Amino acid sequence: MDIGDVRKGSKLLINGIPYNIDEADFMKPGKGRAIYRLKLRNLLDDSTLDYTYHSGEKVEEAHISNYEMQYLYNDGEHYVFMNTENFEQLFLNEEKIGDKKYFLKEGALVTVMMMGEKPLGITIPTFVELKIAESATTTRTDTITTQTKSAVLETGYNIGVPPFVKEGDIIKIDTRTGTYVERVSTKK
Amino acid sequence: MIEDETQRLIRIKPNLEQRALIYEFTRAFFREWGFFEIETPTRVPAVAPEAQIVPFESENWFLSTSPELYMKRLLATGYDRLFQISRCFRKGERGRWHNPEFAMLEWYRTGADYMQMVQDTEEMVLTIASRLGIGSIISYRNQKIDLTPPWPKITVHDAFLRAAGWNPFTELDPLRFDIDLVSKVIPGFALDRPTVLHDYPAAMASLARLKPDKPIVSERAEIFIGGLELANAYTELRDAKEQEKRFQLEIEQIEREQHRKIAMPQQFLQAVAHLPACSGIALGMDRLVMLFCNADSIDEVVAFTIDTA
Repeated sequence: MDIGDVRKGSKLLINGIPYNIDEADFMKPGKGRAIYRLKLRNLLDDSTLDYTYHSGEKVEEAHISNYEMQYLYNDGEHYVFMNTENFEQLFLNEEKIGDKKYFLKEGALVTVMMMGEKPLGITIPTFVELKIAESATTTRTDTITTQTKSAVLETGYNIGVPPFVKEGDIIKIDTRTGTYVERVSTKK
Repeated sequence: MIEDETQRLIRIKPNLEQRALIYEFTRAFFREWGFFEIETPTRVPAVAPEAQIVPFESENWFLSTSPELYMKRLLATGYDRLFQISRCFRKGERGRWHNPEFAMLEWYRTGADYMQMVQDTEEMVLTIASRLGIGSIISYRNQKIDLTPPWPKITVHDAFLRAAGWNPFTELDPLRFDIDLVSKVIPGFALDRPTVLHDYPAAMASLARLKPDKPIVSERAEIFIGGLELANAYTELRDAKEQEKRFQLEIEQIEREQHRKIAMPQQFLQAVAHLPACSGIALGMDRLVMLFCNADSIDEVVAFTIDTA
């Protein structure tokens, strides 16, 4: 596509990497060439980059689509998702999931970003609820001296929780920071 | 939340009211000075061939990119002291300071040079400011700008050496020129005063004449206020052969780089041969309104842009 057709929100493929256009500044001396100053966000790792183009330059558009999918299970090798519209299954390896694997629970709805047939990555909800699998029992002295204790979630993730949280409790986690938000329910 | 049309038009109404006043005061200013207002066609058979200005096509004709050619055809037959506020159209120009359709104010006078046009602009802008009750200091994007004339002037030569570290008269590189102009030279201008950038390299003369005693320099000046390119002035070129040669180069570049066919404006060239010594200037009305409304974007001073039309 022509650089002149690029807008905020357009997706470009540069050196094989897909970018979102976060900002597009159009500048043009009255009699001169149009200059396009773009703020690009790498869709794979979220890093940002500034780039200047001028009129007449061609850029490659990245055809990015997002699909709502449900996480089904891990078959030992892949994370298996199902497209909630056409029920097709998608197999992603661990590399595409990264640390988000610690916040994925079977049945959870996620957004999968695809470039053509190629999955690029997933977006998980900001808050998830997961069960505490292991947590040290708190002694009386611990309660007085520490604000948090360590616990292990059902997904294997280590997290700091308040002393009153017990094994079997369900807690809410902020997936952006990987930290405890609140206790949702407690095991009777 | 996305603003709907009603909310948007209510929000920008004070700017549109200010806009109406600015038009009124502009017309009054020129009338009082003995200029008369003229209208020329919006849909035209030929535009000035300029590689970086792309016209919209209209049934084999074009939408006007500037009224300049018609204004000069009038001057060539003896008209003097003309002004016009017209709708102009330039394809692909869209951004914070651009809408593909915009309002251009042009005025011309005989027996004057480009610096006279700068002086006219100083007086006009100051007069409008005072009639709006603003005075000589405007506040634009958190910056006070003192409009008291004379406005500081810097040559293209000095501005490029200072801000970009190279001399565009010895190194001919139009692409680097444009990039450095917007990314280094203009951002380097004093924030609290207008700046007049003048004496462009001959290759960027466009429709301006070259200095008789120094033909590598063209008599062209651009006025910047608050980082906005407000106006472009020329001592007009009267050499029809030279004008045709420049247009021919542009036409060739347009065909080579953009595969567009564009006609030579023959009737205009005939008029150039009869042009009296004169000068002219084109000023972006939307941007003038932006300055007086402290508006960040052209969208704040236009009721319907290409995106809301």
